[in-house]
Amino acid sequence: MSQQVLAPAADQAQAIATVWQTMFWPNVVIYMAMLAALAWALWRRRAVVADAAVQARQERNWVRALVAWIVFIALVLTAYTAVSFVQDRHRLAHAPDALRVRITANQWWWQVDYLDPDPSRQVGTANELHLPLGRMTRIDLLSGDVIHSLWIPALNGKEDLIPGRSTQLALTPRAIGHYRGECAEFCGLQHAHMLLPVTVESPAAFAAWLDARRAPAATPASPSAVRGQQVFESGTCAMCHAIAGTSADSHAGPDLTHIASRPMLAAGALPNDRAHLAAWLVDPQAFKPGTKMPNPRLQPQEVSDLVDYLEGLR
Amino acid sequence: MSSRSRRAERSARGITALVAAALLALLVAACEREHREYESKAPPPTPANEAVRVGDLQPGKPQPPRMDPHGRSFEGNAWHVNQGARLYKWFNCTGCHAAGGGSIGPALMDADWRYGGSIEQIHASIAQGRPNGMPSFRGKIPDDQIWEIAAYVRTLSGNAPKYVEGGGRQGMAVAPPTSRLPKLEPKTTESSQ
Repeated sequence: MSQQVLAPAADQAQAIATVWQTMFWPNVVIYMAMLAALAWALWRRRAVVADAAVQARQERNWVRALVAWIVFIALVLTAYTAVSFVQDRHRLAHAPDALRVRITANQWWWQVDYLDPDPSRQVGTANELHLPLGRMTRIDLLSGDVIHSLWIPALNGKEDLIPGRSTQLALTPRAIGHYRGECAEFCGLQHAHMLLPVTVESPAAFAAWLDARRAPAATPASPSAVRGQQVFESGTCAMCHAIAGTSADSHAGPDLTHIASRPMLAAGALPNDRAHLAAWLVDPQAFKPGTKMPNPRLQPQEVSDLVDYLEGLR
Repeated sequence: MSSRSRRAERSARGITALVAAALLALLVAACEREHREYESKAPPPTPANEAVRVGDLQPGKPQPPRMDPHGRSFEGNAWHVNQGARLYKWFNCTGCHAAGGGSIGPALMDADWRYGGSIEQIHASIAQGRPNGMPSFRGKIPDDQIWEIAAYVRTLSGNAPKYVEGGGRQGMAVAPPTSRLPKLEPKTTESSQ
């Protein structure tokens, strides 16, 4: 997963990188020139000029050189401001056909909702963001508890998520790939385990993915998975999590309708596989101390059935 | 220097040391107020609240109510009380009890308790459910989290130790901070059927 600021993969990150490159290289040259001038001033001997006329001419030359330098610096700063102004307009540009997404940050996971003018086509997922290539996605950023900040370095700069306010972030990705997004504002103990893997894919692949999200959860395929669904719906799980197509419909915790297709568990705390899912269900606090997911205190058989069920939710 | 002034100086130094020690002890005690135990290491094997009596009427000589030390530990802890406040909204207690003032469910911030107002009794009411609308949350909310909610509910009538309660509330506040609520000694009332 790329997280290079200097390898931009979206228009907005490109704008930031352009400003950076525009300022960085001239600054390197100017700084080296300053150091060279300083070294020369230290090294040369103090000239003793007896002739007043020669001295006056030298001083005039110096004043001229200084004025030229000040004009040069003013021009450079003006150019920087102009570049920053123009690039900022790129970064904050607004496309009328933009895909609308709402991201709500919570301690310590991301709720991702794909908005649609037709409410029945609206769909939610968690801890993963898929984006279509070459189309602007406008993201409304909200917070469910404290101040968070979303940073996907390869796609755009940071944007804070503030309780009681809505902020916006635009992403127009230009390269297919996997990128890493994370929380960039200390938000509590598990701030480091608040990962948002981003997948940029072709518009066709994205449409297929989004359609698959809209489908209800897969029906359990094996007897143990059927028992797992019963454990899920009858016990503590359904009090916080939702699985579309079942009676579990609470949105206090991440939506688990397609949990098995996600890259990571617990917002990047664990890889998503059978063994880690089982270990997580047995003792979440061991992997992510302080997580709002309490120990559900399941029997070993229940854990195994539940894992069978959840692993089938692709 | 006279021996008297030296003695006075020594006793002044002694008092300073005493004050410093007392302040240090206060500081250390303050750390405990939100000691974060994310899950109990040794949960009770069977629900202890089975033995909780919810009324005052009992045969024989009245006995003092039974205390649950495990449950009581939640009451004196700021972190657990705050988690309880979060879960109170999270599990929609507000749906019937509002922010403690009650709506279609009874108020939780007064002194009247149909089934008792100790933390053990509140825990039992949440876990077991009560007639006329209170659902039973046993098996739906892990036991530790029920204790956290019960600890928070106790603060609504000012019954938690003052040092665990928050001085402020985030978001829309419908009631003063729990630390400013008057303490209302719980009394068990006849349920109005």
